[in-house]
Amino acid sequence: MNLNLSDDTCYCYTGGRPLQPGRPTAVFIHGAGHDHSVWTLQTRYFASHGWNVIAPDLPGHGRSAGPALESIEALADWILALLARLGCEQAMLVGHSMGSLIALEAAARAPDRITRLALVGSVFPMPVAPPLLEATLSARERAHGMINQWSYAPQSQLGASSVPGVNLTALNQRLMQRQAPGVLHRDMSACNAYAAGFESAAKVRCPTLLLSADLDRMTPPKALGPLVQALGNAAQVHRVVLSGAGHAMMAEAPGAVLDALWNFAGAQPSS
Amino acid sequence: MPIQRNAGADTLALHAGQTPDPLHHSRATPIHFTTSYVFESSDHAAALFNQARAGHVYSRISNPTNAVLEERIAALDGGVGAIACASGQAALMLAITTLMGSGGHIVASRSLYGGSHNLLAYTLPRFGIETTFVAPRDKGAWRAAIRPETRLLFGEAIGNPGLEVLDVPGIAEIAHEARVPLLVDATLLTPALQCPLDLGADLVMHSATKFLGGHGVAVGGLLVDGGAFDWEAAGGRFPTLTEAYEGFHGMDFAEESPIAAFLLRARREGLRDFGACLSPMNAFQILQGIETLGLRMERHVANARALVRHLSEHPLVEAVSWPELDSHPDHALAARLLPKGCGGVFSFSLKGGRKAGCAFIEALRLVSHLANVGDAKSLAIHPASTTHFRMSPEALLAAGIGEGTIRLSVGLENATDLIADLDRGLQAAHKATA
Repeated sequence: MNLNLSDDTCYCYTGGRPLQPGRPTAVFIHGAGHDHSVWTLQTRYFASHGWNVIAPDLPGHGRSAGPALESIEALADWILALLARLGCEQAMLVGHSMGSLIALEAAARAPDRITRLALVGSVFPMPVAPPLLEATLSARERAHGMINQWSYAPQSQLGASSVPGVNLTALNQRLMQRQAPGVLHRDMSACNAYAAGFESAAKVRCPTLLLSADLDRMTPPKALGPLVQALGNAAQVHRVVLSGAGHAMMAEAPGAVLDALWNFAGAQPSS
Repeated sequence: MPIQRNAGADTLALHAGQTPDPLHHSRATPIHFTTSYVFESSDHAAALFNQARAGHVYSRISNPTNAVLEERIAALDGGVGAIACASGQAALMLAITTLMGSGGHIVASRSLYGGSHNLLAYTLPRFGIETTFVAPRDKGAWRAAIRPETRLLFGEAIGNPGLEVLDVPGIAEIAHEARVPLLVDATLLTPALQCPLDLGADLVMHSATKFLGGHGVAVGGLLVDGGAFDWEAAGGRFPTLTEAYEGFHGMDFAEESPIAAFLLRARREGLRDFGACLSPMNAFQILQGIETLGLRMERHVANARALVRHLSEHPLVEAVSWPELDSHPDHALAARLLPKGCGGVFSFSLKGGRKAGCAFIEALRLVSHLANVGDAKSLAIHPASTTHFRMSPEALLAAGIGEGTIRLSVGLENATDLIADLDRGLQAAHKATA
């Protein structure tokens, strides 16, 4: 689905189903250097079980036009503007990695509009290792290699994908290559510069899920403690740690990620 | 830009796509001899059909053993994924039918395996798909043959029977200028000697029956997608990938996955409807072969070099054609694109023409006379009396085949034994024509 937002064309994947009035809405926000396709399986499930799904390509990513935005705050405002543009008064936000920071900031800025918050592969602060940040600027392919090395569990590096016949790390490399030059650097810089995480977490009121994977080297679950503490005003904080997956858990363990999100959403299967 | 490998080729050949199964901890890849898979619930079933959960439904579409093979070849070739097919021919057919329907057009190298040539020249026109054949070395001809309805460029990494080395980067550039993909048949080289996706090709196919399996016991094919071709930027040339498909949930495959759209359509339509799937037993056997691919291809090349050296110096041999030889027109290209060797297949011409060729073939004891390549055992064929026997001497010449031409697929035997067998054949050829 294409729509105009801030004078640019914005693309949103809707899980293979059109949006329908009266349904709850879930927004799935991708991470750095990615697009909506990282959420394909999970979004198709939600969309076929009574939810409106919005999985946007962030500005400058995938099919969405415009320059990539420079800060997490600007991206959070963009998500809220997108919801307003769609006439969506309330939504659950699901974000992965950089997307989790965007979701967190959006939930803080509009606590009355966000009903649930799911932070997948998240941590705060989210510093980017200087060699990686530098590589995103000067040696993209090296940066892609580092990201793949740190994002996938050792088992996933050799394959055994749950999606038959797919080479997960190669798919991720191609997806990052597909983004315009400079986008990954801008995304990583935004993660690195984001400083308001604790203050924003304190403003979150809705139930919040922190979904991690035990072999995640980018956002290790053991580093989540301070963010959990900062979420003290959230109605509930749920923590789920998946076994045997890394930072790219939606690809490595798509069923387990879906189950965790679906349970958190509190929804029962419906056709 | 090539896909970065997560391990060396020999390691990937042994491990990619498989980890010991969590239930029984089997180290070897289990053979999943099952047609179908039990659903956990009706909701799980619906999600699998809707592609909202990953997994297997029916072995015509996917199978756990086949999936290991698919991931392994994708890892070796530097692709985003692969599809196992019933044969190399099935892999070629799957690639074509995923990209085009009636009205589509292919530009293909003239130097193709006979089966591929038959499909393109005689069978597909019946379904409205035409092919223009060009000399593989003539880049101008490749470019000139492209039409508005062209949807694919296709060639063999090493051509049959002339052993022309395909200039993959050069032909890929021509394809991409026209916003169409390049498919390379890499059967004779395998990823141990060349990965065409790394050189700019978009799709790769293998007859896994040959060197990948290596044992000559299992027929199979593999189709690998490099994931770099932007189907959506091709000006509407590929509606099968960029428009909603009513046959599968109204899915727009490029919207679903901009990178793996081709694989999605090929599996969800091609395997489902045409049904040329691979048996898991064959997948297992091909996997067993791939485990030793690197070692075997080194030996194939080493033996081929020894035999070429011997034959090149033999007074009864008119000529030897192999890209590693200075005399081959693609010698420089081979040095650039095939630094690990030009494979284990070459041809040579006997003095004495057709009669000499027949006598040579019949005298061989170790080298088997049959119409195949890529076995662990050495194989030979005399095209003028077998695969091309209907052709006149003039037509043979035009196809790059002499009446005394022998094609040899060099196996893994000891080179001294192979040389002794060839000498036996040469002596018989000499007697027959003396």
